[in-house]
Amino acid sequence: MGIDLSQFHETFLEESFEGLDVMESSLLNLDAGESDSETVNTIFRSAHSIKGGSATFGFDNVATFTHVLETLLDEVRSGDRDVTQDIVNALLESVDCVRNMLEAQRDNSNYDEAQVKAVQTRLEAILGNDEVSEETTDVAEESNSSNGWLIDFKPHLNMIQTGNDPVRIIRELESIGVISVKANLEKLPDLAEMNAEDCYLSWEIELYSDVDESAIREIFEWVEDECDLNIKPLQTEVAAQEIKSVDSPSIKTEVKPEVEVVNKNEESVQNKATPARTKSTGEGGSIRVGIDKVDELINLVGELVITQSMLGEMGQNFESSNIEKMMDGLSQLERHTRELQESVMRIRMLPISFAFNRFPRLVHDLSSKLGKKIELKLSGESTELDKTVMEKIGDPLVHLVRNSLDHGLETPDIRLAAGKPETGILHLNAYHKGGNIIIEITDDGAGLNKDRIRAKAISNGLITESEVLTDEKIYDLIFQPGFSTAEAVSDLSGRGVGMDVVRRNIRELGGAVDIVSSEGKGSTITIRLPLTLAIMDGQLVRVGKETYIIPIVSIIESLQAKKESINKIVDHAEVYKLRDEYINIVRLYETFDLVPDSTDVSNGLLVMVEGEGSKIGLFVDELLGQQQVVIKSLETNYRRIEGVSGATILGDGTVAMILDVAGLVVLSRAKTSVNEDKVA
Amino acid sequence: MTTTAQPIDTQTDYSENTDLENQYLTFILSDEEYGVDILRVQEIRGWESVTTVPNAPDYIKGVINIRGTIVPIVDLRMRFGMEQLEYGPITVVIVLKVIGENRERVMGIVVDTVSDTYDVPEDSIKPAPDFGEKIEVNFVKGLATINEKMLILLDIDQLLNSGELNILD
Repeated sequence: MGIDLSQFHETFLEESFEGLDVMESSLLNLDAGESDSETVNTIFRSAHSIKGGSATFGFDNVATFTHVLETLLDEVRSGDRDVTQDIVNALLESVDCVRNMLEAQRDNSNYDEAQVKAVQTRLEAILGNDEVSEETTDVAEESNSSNGWLIDFKPHLNMIQTGNDPVRIIRELESIGVISVKANLEKLPDLAEMNAEDCYLSWEIELYSDVDESAIREIFEWVEDECDLNIKPLQTEVAAQEIKSVDSPSIKTEVKPEVEVVNKNEESVQNKATPARTKSTGEGGSIRVGIDKVDELINLVGELVITQSMLGEMGQNFESSNIEKMMDGLSQLERHTRELQESVMRIRMLPISFAFNRFPRLVHDLSSKLGKKIELKLSGESTELDKTVMEKIGDPLVHLVRNSLDHGLETPDIRLAAGKPETGILHLNAYHKGGNIIIEITDDGAGLNKDRIRAKAISNGLITESEVLTDEKIYDLIFQPGFSTAEAVSDLSGRGVGMDVVRRNIRELGGAVDIVSSEGKGSTITIRLPLTLAIMDGQLVRVGKETYIIPIVSIIESLQAKKESINKIVDHAEVYKLRDEYINIVRLYETFDLVPDSTDVSNGLLVMVEGEGSKIGLFVDELLGQQQVVIKSLETNYRRIEGVSGATILGDGTVAMILDVAGLVVLSRAKTSVNEDKVA
Repeated sequence: MTTTAQPIDTQTDYSENTDLENQYLTFILSDEEYGVDILRVQEIRGWESVTTVPNAPDYIKGVINIRGTIVPIVDLRMRFGMEQLEYGPITVVIVLKVIGENRERVMGIVVDTVSDTYDVPEDSIKPAPDFGEKIEVNFVKGLATINEKMLILLDIDQLLNSGELNILD
């Protein structure tokens, strides 16, 4: 009998969140006036599964709420009710409510009950065409309301055996009004004679609510045949008196065994909820993989097994004449291993639509809030991205989109005055380029105001008035901590905490963010991210006795330094003239405190790398091979090392550090500025 | 020196082991015998070359690869400011599980050689006197006497979470 349902909770919650996403996106596609039956059906099905599931798992709050939601959807589905913008908005809000409730369930935290009640009231109002008014939720007013019902509820002896729980019914009653319950213990036998599965109690319930009788009957629908039910209207005076004379704790003590147990359960649930739990970030969660990807894996493993047995056989009766066959086998093995690795990586890849999906809703909500007309365009949604990267890029993306909506795109009147179409366009695009995924956020709004950014940066002390900055450098300023040019701080953005955090998050993922803007025409923010965090292509370099790995994506070129191109600026800073650019030279042996083969730059090699929007030349002793490296964390057992993003294990089992190019660029800048200070 | 791995039951609850006796693995460092809680020992390996960590303090020799995990190696002589000893065939690395404030880490310590294992009754452990500057007293759990010999029992959590090894982030 005792199946532990809690083991399914995670699955249920995960499915429910998916269901909610489906509901949300379908709702956004559901325009007022139109009733595309398939869309409505999809929404209904999702709501229905959530309701069913939550009732099964005892998430009664969710079940009760979704029940109302479902009723409304059912009417829409059957065509009894037209889709209005009002209904769509109410439904969207209810999706949020259910999500909050489920998240609270998942994290063992609390949710905003008032909000849920408000939305539920709104749904009920739509449903009952205002017949069911706010009293249903407003407890304080409720008790004064004159209307009420006296419910005489006498369950038959076998009611519990049929799977119905009187306590649940009473609680359901509680959800439609204030109740006062009196338990009748007359029939309760001695403990020795008591059968645990029989129901000996009966109740007299006073319900203070102006719902009509049918609403109450509906609650008892399932137990109609298993109880004697008598519902009659309550006298006003009696109602008032009863409330005064019977205070709720004593009622609870009167209602004997079962109710008490329930109370205890409730208490324990509350106790669990109170300690501030660390919110689960969902990073340890599960992943849904298409069956085709799994099939491919199985195929590859099969091939691998065949190759292995072939090689094994060859090894047993080895003759030197077989060496060619052996080499063939080994190269086959290599190919299969590589394919297997790629397939395994693909399991972690999800289309970026998972991250993009939240934006239609965001834009929908924000544009009405801001009084702007905005059209959202999405493209490249099927571009695949590592799940971890996806999870971590979500918040920065939201921030950037909010920024574009809030500061970038103008209100319709300003747009019309500027000779632009009334509706602004926000375009989200994603595509693969090399080993990276590029996400672009383009708006056709006002663009960045260079003068204002400059003025702000000067007043914030980020730059001095005399500094000459290129456009890129000016745009780069908005990513500095504490920078904000928004004239009015809104609740959306403009507090200046944000862009720097956005950039930091993206950097932590090994990516970069750039901005290009044209005043009056709009801006494009480009985010470049590695496809995956686990494996990358690396260039092995040697400095002294140590081997380091430079990510190939950040290498522009490697060259033998020419003496005449090396210039010294004051004492320390060295630059290399590459075509028409001056590039800072970073002596890796200095940065990492090593003994190199040579300290003369012209004897070694310069690896030109790019990070953080600028280039540096890394001075190394030798270039070794290139290989794919599996990134291992140094922080698991040690800690972060400046200039190093991680480590990997080479073919011979030794460890090699992977260079953090962006970090080295920052280090070299810091060093240059220290030297400038020395000069000053 | 053998490089046998000693599988340790990771489910063991250390806190329940404080009564009665604890087993200690002892090792030699400059003629003194030191002990660590044997339940924290993951394996004992021979010395092998390490990859140096840039800009780390001297006593962090570097990192090694233990079955796909990057493990930092601390030279205990250098950590205690003792005279250095050239690594030889009996130099060993004891790989330990270190419990920090909010996470567990795996680290290796380089010692002269491994000595023995002893059961040390908890109540026979005496508090350590102040050693002066070489070994901070909070790295030492206490002193015990076994067969007329003194054992210095180390608190590896204190030791390997201190100084540069501290979790700075």
